[in-house]
Amino acid sequence: MSGLSVRTATLLALALIVVLAPVLFPSSFYYRVGALIFVNGLATMGLVILVGYAGQVSLGHAGFVGIGAYACALGPVYLGLPQILCVVLGAAISALLAFLVGRPILKLKAHYLAVATLGLGILIYMVIYNEGWLTGGPDGMDVQPLGVRELLKDYGIKVGSSELWYWISGVVLLVGAFVALNLHNSPAGRALRSLHDSEVAASTIGIDVARMKLTAFVISSVYASVAGSQVALMNRFVTPDVAGFIHSVELLTMAVLGGAASVMGAVVGATILTALPQVLTVFEDFEHVLLGLIMMLVMIFLREGLVPSLARRMRRSVS
Amino acid sequence: MTILEVEGLGIDFGGLTAVGKVSFSVDRGKIVSVIGPNGAGKTTLFNMISGIYLPTRGCVRLEGRDITGVASHKLAAMGMSRTFQNLMVFQQMTVLQNVMAGRHLTEGVHVLPDLLGLPGSRRRNRESEREAQRLLELVGLARGARREASELSYGGLKRLEIARALATQPKLLLLDEPAAGCNAVETQEIDKLISDIAETGVSILLVEHDMKLVMKISGHVVVMDQGEKISEGRPEVVAHDPRVIEAYLGTEAEGAKTHASG
Amino acid sequence: MAPPPPNNGRRTDRQGWHMSEFLQFLFSGITVGSVYALVALGFILIFNASGVVNFAQGEFVMLGGMITYFTYAAGVPLAAAAVFAIVVTCVVGVALNKLAIEPARGASVVALIIITIGASIFLRGLAQVVFDKQLHRFPSISGDDPIAIGGATILPQSLWIVGGALAAFLALYLFFARTLTGKAVVATANNKLAAQLVGIGTNNMMTLSFALAAAVGALGGVLMTPITLTSYDVGLTLALKGFAGAILGGMGSPFGALVGGLLVGLIEAMTAGYISSEYKDAVAFIVILLVLFVMPNGLFGRSALERV
Repeated sequence: MSGLSVRTATLLALALIVVLAPVLFPSSFYYRVGALIFVNGLATMGLVILVGYAGQVSLGHAGFVGIGAYACALGPVYLGLPQILCVVLGAAISALLAFLVGRPILKLKAHYLAVATLGLGILIYMVIYNEGWLTGGPDGMDVQPLGVRELLKDYGIKVGSSELWYWISGVVLLVGAFVALNLHNSPAGRALRSLHDSEVAASTIGIDVARMKLTAFVISSVYASVAGSQVALMNRFVTPDVAGFIHSVELLTMAVLGGAASVMGAVVGATILTALPQVLTVFEDFEHVLLGLIMMLVMIFLREGLVPSLARRMRRSVS
Repeated sequence: MTILEVEGLGIDFGGLTAVGKVSFSVDRGKIVSVIGPNGAGKTTLFNMISGIYLPTRGCVRLEGRDITGVASHKLAAMGMSRTFQNLMVFQQMTVLQNVMAGRHLTEGVHVLPDLLGLPGSRRRNRESEREAQRLLELVGLARGARREASELSYGGLKRLEIARALATQPKLLLLDEPAAGCNAVETQEIDKLISDIAETGVSILLVEHDMKLVMKISGHVVVMDQGEKISEGRPEVVAHDPRVIEAYLGTEAEGAKTHASG
Repeated sequence: MAPPPPNNGRRTDRQGWHMSEFLQFLFSGITVGSVYALVALGFILIFNASGVVNFAQGEFVMLGGMITYFTYAAGVPLAAAAVFAIVVTCVVGVALNKLAIEPARGASVVALIIITIGASIFLRGLAQVVFDKQLHRFPSISGDDPIAIGGATILPQSLWIVGGALAAFLALYLFFARTLTGKAVVATANNKLAAQLVGIGTNNMMTLSFALAAAVGALGGVLMTPITLTSYDVGLTLALKGFAGAILGGMGSPFGALVGGLLVGLIEAMTAGYISSEYKDAVAFIVILLVLFVMPNGLFGRSALERV
């Protein structure tokens, strides 16, 4: 990739995928799958920043997805806010929670951090599940529309919901990728990435380890929250499952499958894990078996993830 | 003019004394070496000075300020940086990025501009890159700057750590066995590099196992054995101190000891 | 989510404090706490030998219960079915070590976490396919006639569970303290390289730890099912509560795991009884978080220094 920086190349490739993929779509169902992939890809990018850059694990990120989703479900009903502000509100609440909880939690290392984040995610899930008077409990609740389709209709443009959300989520994904790639080789990004390899060495060059971990946690919570808001707005319905443990694990698997430190990997991981159940509906019963198997196999045989491993192989064959 | 004073510094691990009570000081712009046989407590001493272990007793002063128990990232801001005996290079970065990471304190933390890729972020990046290139030239790694750090040779990694530590613009640089594991040629190069760094006005405290190596470049040597300081002074004086010879012979070659005393 | 523990006690009015009510919560807490203690024992067995936190520990409990049920339903006597379930779970534990943990040698902690979570989801998914999604129970060992104590009642099966936890603890304690093999496991945990140098087959020790942990977990599943019922998805919650117990006990000694597991069960039962039964599952996490922040080494653990 001489001449073209990884950042530019990744952004170009992603933009091309978003624009050109619909050529292959025979029906609006595929737009919907595409939109789901982009939304999951966005949440996964947040984990790329947390897990791949900063080397911290989170087993509770779906909790932030849930906050983003329920912000759009509750905001218009209880606060009378327009949906776009609800997305911002959800992100702000997620960031604030990540900031407050992250301070003590991120002092923990490895499995303790994993369990603490898992606990945080399940606590958020429990609140959504148990406080039925507010959230509809396990039955879920309806979500008011974003209002873009009506707006477009006023201008005489008719667009299907799936198509619309394909483009919205595609653009948001590109923005997310732009931000994550900016961060990668920026001063703050280097400070984050230095934690990944050695926290002790990072501290000896003046990096406030706790503060940088917290920064990564907050940024990644905002990614998850915005993804959650999109899911809610797209489906016009939310259930507590968006915040569930399995969803947290799915997101983490998407990140490590594609390559935890790679923005492109986030999209690849999200594509595989989102498309697989849609394509292999025959295997519906085996969904969890496959998910578990993928997690184990990737970590045993492909520890860096698909994208970095392939990139390495290509570099080697070139040189 | 002293830059670092260590006074009665010691630490116990679970009731066992690893370092007893060690005192010495480092003069500004000088190279001071702490030597001693394996297990003498040199690295433990280093970890206390650099804020990684909390000492059980004693104190450390940097430019007259008590820095005992201060977190290591704050020490870096006060002008102290260090390298590690068992390398701690950021393996997932390029050589250049490793050194640029060392510019963290100069760059400051401006998360939002960095996320949005604003001009200020890019400007700080360019400045860091320029400075990192200069430091890589100083340590002789300028040519492979864009390579993955993990591709460097052992000696290369050692020099990369020194460059990264220098990027924090330290007044005092702590080097933990900078030549351990290097061959004779590499060792000579590192010796030269350390002298060059000292000439730029940076004070250096270095821990070394190999006595011969430090004799040439150090102005002052502190000798440790079994957690205590047993001697200190100019290198040629220390080298002839019977206690030092005893300590080295006693642990390095049990057989030779009988020859020496008999 | 695990099915709620039974509440056989009479609900008295919420105003007053009743000894019988308290006793009822106490019995319920000790019963579930003993199950958590068994899970916690399994955790520390593997953690001590390999430094791996096995998030699939709860699946061993699930397998113990589910396999027993289906074998029993196929006409095999209950005792034989239980033994069969424990043996099969042992094999699963060994397979987990041989097929997923050993090949990942040198992997980061994060990678190992993902592997054991993957194993947990894999086993749960497999149970859903091989068995079913229903709740199951099989008969208690000594019948279902409650024993009255101080105005509260306790099921005979609860006593079996408590006894099982104590027996497993004692057996492990004696194993580590008195047998050569047990000491070899401890040596492997303390210093793998040194253990290898003195001729201990550290791989065998890890396999043994996984087998024992699986057996202890499966035993928990066999004992608890008549009271709490079992289904393919009980593993995760149990794993987390057992982990809370292990952390509370200091992540080291079998004694710590026993006490830690019991405490988590008691706190949970009291929360369910006096505060909110909806949030009783939250108790384990709050315990985990509090312990980690306030006393990171648990009640009985020792501190460790990071080597540089």
